[in-house]
Amino acid sequence: MTGWLGPEEWQAVALSLRVAFWATLFSLPIGIFVALALARCSFPGKQLLNGLVHLPLILPPVVTGYLLLLTFGTRGPVGGLLADLGIVFAFRWTGAALAAGVMAFPLMVRAIRLSIEAVDVKLEQASATLGAPPVWVFLTVTLPMALPGIVAGTILAFAKAMGEFGATITFVSNIPGQTRTIPSAIYAFLQVPGGEGSAMKLVVVSVVIAMGALLLSEVIARRVAARVGGA
Amino acid sequence: MLEVSLRHRFDGFSLEAGFRAPPGLTVLFGRSGSGKTTVANAVAGLLMPEEGRIASGDWTLLDTSAGVRMKPHRRRIGYIFQEGRLFPHLSVRQNLAYGGWFAPRVAPREDMGRVVDLLGIGALLERRPGALSGGEKQRVAIGRALLSAPRLILADEPLAALDEARKAEILPYFERLRDEVSIPILYVSHSASEVARLATTVVAMEKGRVVAQGPAAEVLGDPAVLPAGAREAGAILTAHVARHHDDGLTELDASGIPLFLPQVASPPGAALRIRIAAHDVMLSRDRPYGISALNILPGTVREIRPGEGPGAIVAIDTASGRVLARITRRSAQALHLEPGVAVHAIVKTVSVAPSDIGGGT
Repeated sequence: MTGWLGPEEWQAVALSLRVAFWATLFSLPIGIFVALALARCSFPGKQLLNGLVHLPLILPPVVTGYLLLLTFGTRGPVGGLLADLGIVFAFRWTGAALAAGVMAFPLMVRAIRLSIEAVDVKLEQASATLGAPPVWVFLTVTLPMALPGIVAGTILAFAKAMGEFGATITFVSNIPGQTRTIPSAIYAFLQVPGGEGSAMKLVVVSVVIAMGALLLSEVIARRVAARVGGA
Repeated sequence: MLEVSLRHRFDGFSLEAGFRAPPGLTVLFGRSGSGKTTVANAVAGLLMPEEGRIASGDWTLLDTSAGVRMKPHRRRIGYIFQEGRLFPHLSVRQNLAYGGWFAPRVAPREDMGRVVDLLGIGALLERRPGALSGGEKQRVAIGRALLSAPRLILADEPLAALDEARKAEILPYFERLRDEVSIPILYVSHSASEVARLATTVVAMEKGRVVAQGPAAEVLGDPAVLPAGAREAGAILTAHVARHHDDGLTELDASGIPLFLPQVASPPGAALRIRIAAHDVMLSRDRPYGISALNILPGTVREIRPGEGPGAIVAIDTASGRVLARITRRSAQALHLEPGVAVHAIVKTVSVAPSDIGGGT
């Protein structure tokens, strides 16, 4: 792999995988929690939360990136506080992960929410009458039955995080080895004469990873669905 | 003794029901829309009524005046739902064990092996609910409720989704539950024959109100209480198997009066309860001779209730118990029937369906 990919290209691929991995890992529990709140709870401000979650999907990515920069930059309100704790997002790979996570979040929540809504409330009631407290109803009935959707949402979010460009480049720029993910690298290669070859290799890698993720999600979802569906 | 009193309003429907369920099997009996399932859900805690009290001894599930509203998972009620509601992602064994994971350690528990034997589900344990038939699912659902160490078993029309053959398969398990398990059972049904076979106590509901409650024979023998309609009227008699005859008939002893039924599987001496549908009973002032019907019960008319159509329900007290007859008002007049008059109730042997004959008292 490293033989075929130059060190610069390999760096971009490895960084993208790392960024997408952490972005997905951190957004998964939050995504499940938010999806559960949107699917099963009623509380004041529910529509506001729903809108907020979906905002990155409809805003221009550059706007999302700029808002992240204003909020999480070293002089931003949240970024400043976190910087005192030693957590820095600006112009680091962690910032790229944050941007990717935020952009992928709506897709993840949407898939998980739909799968939670598809779980029959009657089964949750049955679980409660058998003595299960609410947390256990969720862990033993809702979560396993929503698993196909959670898997699909996670893989979709991972693929989206791999390909995130606009918000990332606005928030954390395009620094080799730090924030130059595959899309940023392709963009950078296309800016210099003779970079088309490297760009093409990264395009191939992108397609392979995206297709692989899609197939994997199909296989896992089908297996889980068979388990959940009985037989 | 479970005591329930509830008041709740939905759009266009108001429920105001109070009843007591002594030990044994209490059937909430009424047509669909009479509020039975609402009561069941309130007992289970799946519905919070506006006002009410549900308690059994010092165990209070709900008391709105005292601000007590126990959460469903703390109520320890084994709820058997109409559609089973087995967990599709768990095996039968895991479904059965589910309630045990949450029951208090000190709670008296049924033994898994005993319940599996009682319900005949030993061969199904490793399967998933998706691979079970309707009757098998419902047996597993019964087992799951039993094994959650419940203080009360609640069954909401557990047979309604099954065909006749499956009903006949499951009914005996509820009889065994009633006779062999000491947990009180609250059973919701609109089926007269289920009530007749299972009920120790009947609570009859109409339009959100309790119209009668008491021992099964008493409530079902009251022509004023027909929660399922006059067509479904029928009283229950208890009798013992006397002997089996070679021609396929079983002779019963109903307090001294012989009754002939199509072959019953129970051995001589066994107690049976038989539902005699009111529309299967003929009346005669004189003791009939030269008649094909084998069962003739002499008695006296207790009450006559004209129905809305041309029919009337006549209640007759016999030595074997109360019998209801559904006849036309014209016949009632022609026979000069009135309370105190001696009549003979005539029941054809073949008109007693096997599904109307149950074990136990």
